[in-house]
Amino acid sequence: MDNHNSVSGENRWRDLDKLLVRPGNIVGPNFEPGPQLRDDLQAYAKVLVVGAGGLGCELLKDLALSGFRNLEVIDMDRIEVSNLNRQFLFRLQDVGKPKAEVAAMRVMERVSGVNIVPHFCRIEDKNIEFYGDFNIIALGLDSIEARSYINSVACSFLEYDSDDKPCEETIKPMVDGGTEGFKGHARVILPGITPCFECTIWLFPPQVKFPLCTLAETPRTAAHCIEYAHLIKWNEVHGGKSFDADDPEHMQWVYSEALKRAELFGISGVTYSLTQGVVKNIIPAIASTNAIISAACALEALKIATGFSKSLSNYLTYNGAEGLHTKVTEFWKDNDCLVCGPGVLIEVDSTTSLQKFIDLLREHPTLPISKPSMVHRGKNLYMQAPPILEEMTRSNLQLPLFDLMGRIPKDVIHVTGTVTLNDRKTSALRKLRIVFKGNVDGVADMDMAGGA
Amino acid sequence: MIRLFKVKEKQREAAENANGRAPVKKQSAGELRLHKDISELNLPKSTTISFPNGKDDLMNFEVSIRPDEGYYLGGTFLFTFQVSPIYPHEAPKVKCKTKVYHPNIDLEGNVCLNILREDWKPVLNINTIIYGLHHLFTQPNHEDPLNHDAAAVLRDNPKMFEVNVRRAMAGGYVGQTYFPRCM
Repeated sequence: MDNHNSVSGENRWRDLDKLLVRPGNIVGPNFEPGPQLRDDLQAYAKVLVVGAGGLGCELLKDLALSGFRNLEVIDMDRIEVSNLNRQFLFRLQDVGKPKAEVAAMRVMERVSGVNIVPHFCRIEDKNIEFYGDFNIIALGLDSIEARSYINSVACSFLEYDSDDKPCEETIKPMVDGGTEGFKGHARVILPGITPCFECTIWLFPPQVKFPLCTLAETPRTAAHCIEYAHLIKWNEVHGGKSFDADDPEHMQWVYSEALKRAELFGISGVTYSLTQGVVKNIIPAIASTNAIISAACALEALKIATGFSKSLSNYLTYNGAEGLHTKVTEFWKDNDCLVCGPGVLIEVDSTTSLQKFIDLLREHPTLPISKPSMVHRGKNLYMQAPPILEEMTRSNLQLPLFDLMGRIPKDVIHVTGTVTLNDRKTSALRKLRIVFKGNVDGVADMDMAGGA
Repeated sequence: MIRLFKVKEKQREAAENANGRAPVKKQSAGELRLHKDISELNLPKSTTISFPNGKDDLMNFEVSIRPDEGYYLGGTFLFTFQVSPIYPHEAPKVKCKTKVYHPNIDLEGNVCLNILREDWKPVLNINTIIYGLHHLFTQPNHEDPLNHDAAAVLRDNPKMFEVNVRRAMAGGYVGQTYFPRCM
């Protein structure tokens, strides 16, 4: 009768409290059990869910039901009919609306007390401060590019002390889920402690790409016919117009061309859904896989926020294709990772010119690197080659490095050059943490001048 | 592990520190690797590279190749390179902008070079691709045809193929197709 009341009042957090108010043996290092912990979780923990698709819908629901109350979600897509079988927060009348907005609304309707702010935009549209605001970033994405981007953003907050130890308060934890049909993974990324996405990018198998000449001359499979229509025939007929995989008319055109070609070569099996699959690289999504992976991710987020249990270390794989198999593997981080690694700490006087700095690098005790090319936040400070870039960057050599780096007292640059390893010269790409000495307060002065 | 009680304090501090931080352009791992590839380029003779968007956009560039031997001696062929942020996990997209009579390059500029697609490996680099493109001009190959007609002529009548290539490069028709001058 009073069904509704059972999830409000004292009873509402009964299950969560079993985790948060009782001590335990396998808890995290900072676990402080008690009702205060639950209150703090609800008041202060702020989680960003990236992606409001199959995994994102599950993640939002799971996090909301796990006690998180401050959630935000970002997704650039609108709802399509084909999403409705698994993206359970969406209804037929929602088709065409932004996923993030509908998902946020539906979860807020069903779970009282939770606040979800939707962001209907690309992840690149948000500035770095936006991401800095969250305690945890939960990823429900389907592309390597997007993961790599969020990873580099999260790792950019990481700072190391003078002993190359990560500063705890600068670690931006991520939980990353991924599914492909009946298979999935859930992983915990604590930049500086566990491997970041870039440390283990080799885990992804290379994309299957057919030789163009096979497509043009000797197609043998339905996929060959589809890729012919998509990669070769489209350009032949449409000239400069670029193909848009999200435009149904474009997809329909590719499908009918693929069908013609398949007929010509006596190949069967070209269907509209296979065309979508091949062109967009889609593997059919399974709702239960998303649910399982999301549950694992939400649990890890709760562990990170409260410490009620030690975190997964650090990569769980799930395979439900034949029977059911799960395994946790502890991957190691790459200490030389250009994204999450500490790099080499170098102190430089703020008056040092770029040329002088290059000389210093050649003499540096742990680094020695010669003939360096350098890049800072996407700006090429100096390039050894090709000649055209050398010429364009040469005038920087006489300028102070501090000025070239925008008068920021400490920041990271990346250097490519020649190092000697076991008496052999080899090329290397290194991350350097530059700290300026001397008169570096100019920034504050400038700010004040600007504000006055 | 985050410490929630620290988060409380940090929220207060964050408001104070938010000002004065310069906006950060995110550099992808792909851009860094490409930076290395470009700064170590060792181009074949008479190959030039240019960056239409200036010195800070290395992800889009153009390479012009002047073969120094073979059928295509004397011609200049322009290629565009588009590099993805997850380079080198994914090969650059390379297109030929010069219309060319070539068995392995079609009239839309698609290039059949194995290392651009099925045989791409992250250990390869921009230099390898440029040398691969060079190779296409010195050793055109009728076994991997994209331009079917050109491949058949190369296979059956190399003399005729040579005549056709010269005619196309000088600016003229081969069959029904017009090729602008590229010498």
